[in-house]
Formats: sequence, structure tokens, C-alpha cells
Amino acid sequence: MSNLQFLWFILVGELFSGFFFLEGFDFGVGMTIKSLAQTRDERDVVIHTIGPHWDANEVWLITAGGAMFASFPMWYASLFSGFYLILLLILVALIMRGVSFEFRSRMETESGRNFWEWAAALGSFFAAFLFGMMFTALVKGMPINANGDMTAHFTDYVNLFSIVGGVAVTLLCYLHGLNFIRLKTTGTLRERALQWAKPLYWVLFAGEVVFAILLFFNTDFFTKKPISTTILVVALVLLTVLATWGVYGNHEWLSFISSGLSLIDVVVLLFNGLFPRVMVANNSAYSILIKDASNSPYTLHLMTVISLTVLPIMLIYFIWSYWVFYKRLAS
Amino acid sequence: MNLGLSILSLARFQFAMTTVFHFFFVPLSIGLALVVAIMETVYVVKKDIMYKHMAQFWGRIFLLSFAVGVVTGIIQEFQFGMNWSDYSRFMGDIFGAPLAIEALVAFFMESTFIGLWMFGWDRFNAKIHCAFIWLTSIGTMISAMWILAANSFMQNPVGFMINTKTGRAQMTSFAAVVKNEQLWYELPHVLFGAFVTGSFVVAGMAAFALLKKKNVTFFRKSIKVSLIVGLVASIGVVGMGDLQTRYIIKEQPMKFAATEGLYKDSGSPASWAVIEGMDTKNHKAKWSVEIPYVLDILSYHKLSGNVKGQNTINKELHAKYDKKFGKDMNYYVPTKTLFWSFRVMTVSGGLFALIAIIGLFFVRAKSTLIERQRWFLWVLGICTFLPFAANTAGWLITELGRYPWVVYGLLTIADAVSPNVSVASLLISNIVYFCLFSGLGIVMIVLSRRALHQGPDDLLQAADDASYDPYGKEAFSHE
Repeated sequence: MSNLQFLWFILVGELFSGFFFLEGFDFGVGMTIKSLAQTRDERDVVIHTIGPHWDANEVWLITAGGAMFASFPMWYASLFSGFYLILLLILVALIMRGVSFEFRSRMETESGRNFWEWAAALGSFFAAFLFGMMFTALVKGMPINANGDMTAHFTDYVNLFSIVGGVAVTLLCYLHGLNFIRLKTTGTLRERALQWAKPLYWVLFAGEVVFAILLFFNTDFFTKKPISTTILVVALVLLTVLATWGVYGNHEWLSFISSGLSLIDVVVLLFNGLFPRVMVANNSAYSILIKDASNSPYTLHLMTVISLTVLPIMLIYFIWSYWVFYKRLAS
Repeated sequence: MNLGLSILSLARFQFAMTTVFHFFFVPLSIGLALVVAIMETVYVVKKDIMYKHMAQFWGRIFLLSFAVGVVTGIIQEFQFGMNWSDYSRFMGDIFGAPLAIEALVAFFMESTFIGLWMFGWDRFNAKIHCAFIWLTSIGTMISAMWILAANSFMQNPVGFMINTKTGRAQMTSFAAVVKNEQLWYELPHVLFGAFVTGSFVVAGMAAFALLKKKNVTFFRKSIKVSLIVGLVASIGVVGMGDLQTRYIIKEQPMKFAATEGLYKDSGSPASWAVIEGMDTKNHKAKWSVEIPYVLDILSYHKLSGNVKGQNTINKELHAKYDKKFGKDMNYYVPTKTLFWSFRVMTVSGGLFALIAIIGLFFVRAKSTLIERQRWFLWVLGICTFLPFAANTAGWLITELGRYPWVVYGLLTIADAVSPNVSVASLLISNIVYFCLFSGLGIVMIVLSRRALHQGPDDLLQAADDASYDPYGKEAFSHE
């Protein structure tokens, strides 16, 4: 494995981390439209908290996909064709949710608004859940042949482990969304988000324990990389402790940063476990390795130069747009 | 399940369906972004509030189009991996780079600045706010550039080698990929086409509104701004199309011969078939209505010269590729589709220029002539839909014309499809996308019509009593 290949493995992981940190609260806020927010006014407010940002946040996913294609096409080809039906459902969820905010604002009837609110809420829920499920299934190991083609059956990606993974990611996103709403609103919404977060954090603790146990039995993480895996699992729990502390002590920034970092921690945990592979096969001889999956050194070098030039500029205006809209919204 | 369907035909159908649908909204968004940016610029320069309302009003259609364009674009990106995994493996070294750069450079720019534009009306002064829509507009054009760079490689592969060990295409010169001649014919043609789309949708919708005689000044001025863009763009799209055609004769002669329904060599001077009946099985023209010399003018800008027919080119391609791809390849492209698509495209292009000239005559200086020319308003109204037909026709020619290859001369369509995806999966995804697109298309049309029907009244009123803005100053509580 060359340095460039290693760098791009990290970069793809970083893009997915960025995606889960940012879209994490978008998905969470999307789900609150039909749960936390109870009046039309409140639904307007929660949607407006992510209004100027959700589109740019989703670009992190598109960039992660593009970066994967540009650096590890064997990974991209195998992953996307292998998880065909999950990705189809993810696309449907992302599409419904993507148009829902704009379409809802044009609706004149209560039932019209209601329809697109459900589209936003369910789209956000399924996107989070299915991504969680897909990444869990990915590290468990899938039927992959010598050509790198994966032909998975229903039970290969729908099983106890992957469902728990999906639920855990959904819950993390939901809490991340609640923490975001606590930062971005005032009054009853802010108060209610706090109250809802309290019991949910105890559910999350339980979920994390179950997930860690299933991780032990379903993957080779603890046998192949016992130290780093343990550290990352402990870090996940500690971050949740911090977030819980932020909830009970009402430290809003602490909760938000901690819930965001725990989503990143999950991505790092999965990528750490994957390494030095990009796809885990049932038959370990067919696992796809970083060293075999990548593009030529020429392309990797080119992409490195371009990314390192463009990323800082992009981050400046991206962060600036958050600063511009950093205001609490009242209902 | 065996319905006589192959993964290849289903994957091709899906690519056609998703690309065509996505490409309704891409040129519309690129074009509307420019038209709205120009309107807002006029507002900044002239300080006439009507142009601000214009930008806001047409901005609504733009935002609808943008939303659908974005979400259908994600399908496009995922599709290469999902349905065309062997293509992705073969081409990843070259194709992935422009795709990733497009996301990194253009998508972040568009999506961030459109957010600032949408929610920033009261938070920024007029000049800075206007800069946001220009940055969005430039973002959409940069995006077009990178995705067409990728497409151009598929049409005309340059700057690469085939790695003999892996059998994959490998980039050797990024500069060559970006400088690809194909790209610099295709990009301006597509961009001008997008500007035509944006401007004629604005002009056409405004014409429908004028028929109702409400907000006449507002819609008359909308027509004026958009048709100025429309005239420049339609001349541009025809001119670039002409240059691109002459390039294609050289690089993809089969594509060109098919757009002219030419089976036998034309001989010199070459006459042009206006319409033609084709026998695609036996590869010959049944009947045609022809004008002498015109094909030579189109092809070479001269009055003489032979244009090669498909039968000759087919033999040449067999001679060139049989060693590599075998004798059984079919090099004839879907001639009927290309022939008629080409006519739809070129006739539309000419019509756009003509209508723009007539329209601009009716709205010249302070003339209100257009309000009484109801026949013309109808014509202009119908032109709302024509750019979409022209755009689709253009892409059908481009994409079907590279048959039987995905990457011209390098990889056949049959070798590109995912080997591990089942017919059932593809059938399901085709049905899902079809339903989804029908639904989205209907909602788009209904909402656009409604926006037009309601007109800019709320904007004009809100000018007095400051509209509700969630990020406006009065909306914030001060702790």
C-alpha cells in the first residue's frame, strides 16, 4: 500500500465523517418534523433551522461518492452494485426528502403540507437507518467473488446486527438533530428538545452496548485490532456520557459537539476495522484490499493536488455560511 | 423470472430514462440561474424595484427546478456504480476525477450560495446578494464543464493508455483530458442550449401570463430581459452546433451519417434530405425529399464534396476493430432516432432565434405592442416546452450516436454493465424511478403553473410591509 493510497482511504473516511456529522443533524431535524414539532409554526421553525444548509450538507455525500470513484473505483463498483436494493431505497429516501422542503413551502392545503412533511420525516428516517444498515453489513462480510462482484441475499444485509446498526445510527442522528434544535431555537421547542433527549440517551447507551456485543461476534474487529477497536468503542461511550452530561447540565454546545463526534467515531470505528481492506468478503481470500482497489498513482497524485487546493477555499465559504445564519429562531 | 428482458437492455433503459429526466432540470436550472442573475443585476444597476421582484418571482421557478435537478443528479452518480460496475472498474482512473472535482468545486459552490441567496435577501446589501446568484450561476456552469469533460472522454478518448497488466484505462495526461477538442465544442453548445431553455421558459410563461392581462408591465419586461438572453443564446447554440457537426464528421462519422439518414456515399455535390423514409434492416433509404448542395454547406461550408454513408463507414469500422471486438459487432447506430432528433433540434434552434427577434421587435423601447399580439403570445407560450424537446434530441444524438460503445472504440456497452445485478433488481428500480419521475414531473408542472397563476402580487404587496423572513431581523428573539 502506497502513501497515496493510505491518504485517500483516510480522505474518503473523512468525507463520510463530514457527511454524518452534518447530514446527521439534518436527518435528525428532518425526523423531528413529525415528532418533536407539533404545530405548523414549530414545523416551519425546525425546517428553517436547516433550510440554508441541508443542500450543501448533502454535497458531502456526493463528494464522498465521487472521491471513492476517483480513488478506489473497485471499491465503488463493488459496493454500489452489491448493495443495490439498499441504495435504491436510500435514493428514494434522499429524493423525497430533498424535494420535500421546497415543495412543502408551496403547498396551500393542510393535507399537501402534511404529505411533504411525512416525505421529509420518513425520508430522513430511512436514509439514516439504511446507511447505518449498509455500513454495518459492509464490515460484517459479504459474499464476494474473485472478480470483486458481490451477490448478497436478503439475509446477508438484513439481520440482527445490521438492524441494530441501523437503529443505532438513526438514534444518533435523531439525538444529534435534537441537540442542533436546542442550539438553533428558543422557547418551547428548545425546552422540549431537551426533555426528549433525556430518556433517549439512556436508550442510546443500551443500544451502544448491544451494538458493541454484536460487533464482537459478527466482525473480526476485536480479534484483528483489539486495542484500537476497544479504544474507539470506549470513546463512543464516553462521548455519549459527555452528551448526556450536556443534556442534564443543559450545556448545549457540549451535547451538540459530542453527538457529532460520536457519529464521526462510528465512521472511524468502521474504517479502522475495514483497514487494510475496503470490502470484507465472507471468504477472506476475496476481500478487496486498498492496495488493489485504487486508481493509478498518476490519478491519485492529481486528485491529491486538486483536493488540497480546493478544500480549504470551499471550507472557508462553507463555514462562513453557517456563521451568517448562526441565529436562534423563535416560533 | 424471465420476461425476455436482459440486464443490459434494462440498464440501458434506466440510463436513458434517468438522464433524460435529469436533463430536463439541468439546463433549466443553468439557464434560469443566469436569467435571474441578470435580472438582479439590472436591479442593482438601475435600482428599479421591479427587477428585484422579477428576480424573486422567477427565482421561485428556479428553486423548484434546482431541487429536482439536485435529487435526480444523485441517481446519476450512484448509477455508474450500481448498474455499470464494470464500466466503473475500467474507467475509474479517468472518469472518477472529473466527477469528484465537479462535486468539490461546483456542487459546494452552488449549494452554499443558493442557500445564502434564498435566505439572505434582508441580511445583505443588494450588491453582495446579487453576487450570490452569480456565484450560483457560475457554479452551475462549472458543474456542466466537469461532467461534460467526463462525457467527452467517452465520445473521444484522449490522454490515456491501456494498462496491459490490469486491462484498465489509465490517465496519462489530465491536461489532454481537459483540453479534449470534443469538450470545447460540446460545452458551449450545451451551455447556450441551457440559456435558451432558461430564457424561453421565462418568456413563454410570461406570455401565458400576459394573455390574462394581469401585471402586464412586469411580464412584458420579463419577456424583454429573457428574450435578449434568448436571442444571443439561440444564435450561440446554432453556431456552436454547426461547428460541432463539422467536428463530428471527422471524429464520429457514423453518428453524422445517421443524423442525415445517409446510407450510401452522397457523391459530390451532396444533397440534403429534409425528410426521409428509412429501411433500417437493409440499410437503405426508401424515399426522401432532398435539396441539392445543402449537405455540403452543412458539412464543409462548401458547394462540393463527398459525404461518407453508413455502409462505407460500417466497413471501415469492421476493418479497424474486428481484431479486437470480433466480426459480429453491429456498428450501425439507431438511425431513425438520430435522423429525426437532429431535425427536431435544428428546426427548434432556428425557431428560437426567429421568435426572439420578432419578440424583441414587439417589446422594443417602450412599445407595448406585444400585449395586443395575442397570436404571438400563444406562439411564445408554446415555446416554453420546445427547449426540452430540443435538449433531449441533442442528447439522444450524442449518446445513441456512440453505439455500440460506452467509451468510443474502447469499451462496448455490453461489457460495461454490472454482472452481479439481477434482472429483478433492475426491473424494480426501473419501475420505482418511473413512478418517482412521473410524480415529480407532475408536481413540478402543477407548482410552476400555480406560481405563474398567482403571479408576483405577493411580492409587490410585500414591498410595503416587509415580507416574513425566518432569518430577518424581526424574527429573532434577543436573549
